[in-house]
Amino acid sequence: MNLGALLPSAIDGLLLGFVYGLAAMGLTLIFGVTRVVNLAHGQMIAMGMFVVLAVASGAGLNPYVGVLLAAVVGLAAGVVIYVVAVDRVINAPELTTLLATFAVNLIIIGTATTLLTTSPRAVDVDMGALRSGGVTVLGTHLVAVVIAVAAAGALYAFLFRTRLGKSIRAVAADRAAAELMGINSRRMLALAFGLGTALAMTAGALLATLFSFNVLSGGTYETKSFVIVVLGGLGNPTGALIGGLIIGLLEGVTAVVIPVSWVPVIEYAVFVLILLVRPRGLLGSRQ
Amino acid sequence: MLRLRGRSRPFLPVLLLIVAVVAAVPLVTGNPSMREELFFMLLLVTLATSVNVITGYTGYVSFGHIVFFGLGGYGAFWLMQALGVHFLVAAVLGVIPAVLVAAVVGAAVLRLRGAYFALATLGILEATKAFMTNFDPAGGAVGLSFNFSIYAQYGGAKSAAELAYVFMALVALAAIAASYLVRHAKFGLALMTIREDQDAAVVLGIDPARTKVAAFVISAVFPALAGAAFFFKNGIIEPGSAFDLTRSIESLVMVVLGGVGTVAGPVIGAAVYEWLRGFLITSPALASFQLTIAGVLLLVVVLFATSGLVGVLRARFPAVREWLE
Amino acid sequence: MRGMRIMAAAAAAVLVVAACGSGTSSGPKTLKIGFTASQTGAQELTSKRQVEGIKLWADQVTKAGGIKLKDGTVLTPQLVSYDDESKTDRVQALYTKLINDDKVDFLLSPYSSGLIKAAAVVGEQNGKIMVTAGGADDATMEQGFTSIYQVYTPASQYLTGAIDLMLAMDPSIKKIAIVNEKDAFSTGVAAAAKPYAASKGLQIVVDEGYDTGTTDFGPIVNKIAAAAPDAILGGGHFQDGQTFAKAIFDKQVKAKFIALLVAPPEPTFGDIGAAANDIVGPSQWEASVAYDAKAAVAANISWYGPAVADFTAAYNAAFGSAPSYHSAGGYAAGLVLQKAIEDAGSIDPAAVRAALDKQDLLTLFGRIRFSTDAKTHGKQTAHQMVYVQWQAAADGSLSTKVVWPEAGRTAPIVPRQ
Repeated sequence: MNLGALLPSAIDGLLLGFVYGLAAMGLTLIFGVTRVVNLAHGQMIAMGMFVVLAVASGAGLNPYVGVLLAAVVGLAAGVVIYVVAVDRVINAPELTTLLATFAVNLIIIGTATTLLTTSPRAVDVDMGALRSGGVTVLGTHLVAVVIAVAAAGALYAFLFRTRLGKSIRAVAADRAAAELMGINSRRMLALAFGLGTALAMTAGALLATLFSFNVLSGGTYETKSFVIVVLGGLGNPTGALIGGLIIGLLEGVTAVVIPVSWVPVIEYAVFVLILLVRPRGLLGSRQ
Repeated sequence: MLRLRGRSRPFLPVLLLIVAVVAAVPLVTGNPSMREELFFMLLLVTLATSVNVITGYTGYVSFGHIVFFGLGGYGAFWLMQALGVHFLVAAVLGVIPAVLVAAVVGAAVLRLRGAYFALATLGILEATKAFMTNFDPAGGAVGLSFNFSIYAQYGGAKSAAELAYVFMALVALAAIAASYLVRHAKFGLALMTIREDQDAAVVLGIDPARTKVAAFVISAVFPALAGAAFFFKNGIIEPGSAFDLTRSIESLVMVVLGGVGTVAGPVIGAAVYEWLRGFLITSPALASFQLTIAGVLLLVVVLFATSGLVGVLRARFPAVREWLE
Repeated sequence: MRGMRIMAAAAAAVLVVAACGSGTSSGPKTLKIGFTASQTGAQELTSKRQVEGIKLWADQVTKAGGIKLKDGTVLTPQLVSYDDESKTDRVQALYTKLINDDKVDFLLSPYSSGLIKAAAVVGEQNGKIMVTAGGADDATMEQGFTSIYQVYTPASQYLTGAIDLMLAMDPSIKKIAIVNEKDAFSTGVAAAAKPYAASKGLQIVVDEGYDTGTTDFGPIVNKIAAAAPDAILGGGHFQDGQTFAKAIFDKQVKAKFIALLVAPPEPTFGDIGAAANDIVGPSQWEASVAYDAKAAVAANISWYGPAVADFTAAYNAAFGSAPSYHSAGGYAAGLVLQKAIEDAGSIDPAAVRAALDKQDLLTLFGRIRFSTDAKTHGKQTAHQMVYVQWQAAADGSLSTKVVWPEAGRTAPIVPRQ
């Protein structure tokens, strides 16, 4: 055990937590509005990575153009997934919606594995580094945080400042009442699915600028998103962002005092414990 | 103790007979490849039938159900490797950790409803997997493997594989029989009452907590036995293959494909699911897109045939209703 | 059914490398050799090298007219292989299929110890002889197998040699970090390295493992940086090794000596540029090794197969790149099997097994001899490791130099800057 690693590790974890939080916001937004746990979430994160790969290595453009593109593609993909796979069973029991999104997951994995193979990929982004004392913070991580914060801010502005956003919140709060107020709830549900997917793909795109990846990389980040979402309260986007920071920090700090490979054990144990003790999450949700 | 509601047709014996006859084919013909394939199919039948008890009958989506398969596998494997216990004894003892987890953790998480329960089982699976990956007495990430001489007491590796196969077939048959008995006993009615309305169940004098835990424990026993057989045959066990989330979700897919909450559904679902993938893969044009096609078919079933294959057959052909439940 | 699905996935990927397909109906018999390749997944790159080595061997044997036995029979090798996606489940199903459906005569191995362990169980269950390349795990070869033969130097020797090299470079080194992938091979390497390091008076200040597929080395590198060791030893396979080296470089960790498994000897390791500089790697083989017929005479054993230079040239011509040790290992596995069949005079498993047990050769890959002790039967006992280091030339270009053992080195070791 060496506490010299505490500061750099905590900083690294916290920075990464913003990106985790962004991905989890997507998952929790979808759940909050549609009551669907989206099992295609991880795969959409992975697809975000490949958008960056295509833009950077394929088209030779700046990888951050890929991040923006990933958000746009995500919005469209999410709406399509909702219309095709979810809309028809939106009021069915959990098992049905879980498997509907799992089917989408299979379709995307199958197609992506065939077309892109599972070979490891990397996008080489060099944004320099800030160095001070024993702490090195890579530029790519800082840029990722800035973009993640901007994306989260844009989501909030949309949900709280625009008419469309308020309609989505109304549907999340009470679908029947919202419809009585003349809101087309199906359209809002589809839009929420699109926004959630856009967040997942944006987070994936940012992760691609930090680490190597492959077609199947989404799985790890999906389970991490589940943990974060439960921590912050299912359906609570602010909770997800804060949950992301907590998990990031927890990873960074615990890695200093215990072997790094034990960190996930702590993470999942905390997850189960929170579900048992405070199923509504540390921050609680509004219901 | 088991008071079964009146049945006129011998549905259960017929279903068991069909499974048993199919399972006997590779033993009679002595075809090892076919034995391997059917071993896997019987394993899936067991997993799907078991998870159906808690998910289909009781309405609790157990996402990480494969954890019992892994626990049973690890328990039995360790007994055989470290203490030289005979496979049959080890397999039975290997059920203990699975039952303990189902009873203790189950009692806690079964208080949760809906998506919360599903996510909790996922958490239990991932936590167990992460723990076993780091737990050095069980080999950590590398897992455990047999010294090959261990198969000598079974008359060599080949007879050991056959023993594992016969055992697997018996476990599958037992799981099906248990599923049938649960459904037709008063206990099954209690489960389904809980599924439909937990508060009403209490009014009817059902203790939901105890009933649910009992169902969870039953659904944990057979995957644990299957895990013991599977890893005994393979000769190695590692966290990745013992606690595989995808396989866990796939067993739910099979349940839905065949028909949620039916006895024959998971059996038919498991058989069709694996057969279909086999078919896709042997067709050169479709092979590389097999997961995609599996996904499309699953989506079609989920969206348009909610009652699964059993439901469709029963609706289409009233004559089969008494033979298919 | 799973088996069917797997065999079929593979049907598309069957490589049939037998050259003489036409007009030889009454001619040579085919010798079916089965193995799986990781065409996708974690082991993709190194597996590809190994398969290329195997293919080159089969091609050359075919061109030379096949394997000629004493009784006049001529055997033409036919390779049957499937994609195992780097997964142990698939390896077991595919080897079952190779043995029972394709009815192969002999087995070669997949790449990486974890996959070999899975394949070996199936091979042994069915009594098939398997020559393994690409797997160095000690534990696999201590399970009482009778038909598995290991070409690689066992894992336990990978880093013990690196420690000797390190101390020869700078005897003042005291604090070391050992960080390894948590798979069969790397765990075995680390398990052997730790007591050896302790016996040399070294202090292990960081002792960590990471899961296969890890991409974020931040937490581990932070710990290493805080402990400030003189040397870092470990790694696992290609992808993670490269990422790890890059993370060490990005975080500017100072260490005089870094030795990583598997990745450095692979030519594309240099893609990470300056991050590769001065990194040392244990290698089963390098193109500059000095094995030849003369050395065989000196050691009083027989020389078998092509000369190192001929192999390297042929490989370059066939695949357009220099062979790595994984390529040479694959080729050597073919050679070993060929020699055993020739010595046995038949493909009868018992005869070939006896021939393998007796084998003691010098080849382009080095000396090969298998343990005949019942507990470690088939384990490699004669092959030696070499160590390479990425070094920058005056113009800044990077290349690997053999730095150990001293007798065969092409450049002296330099401390990491």
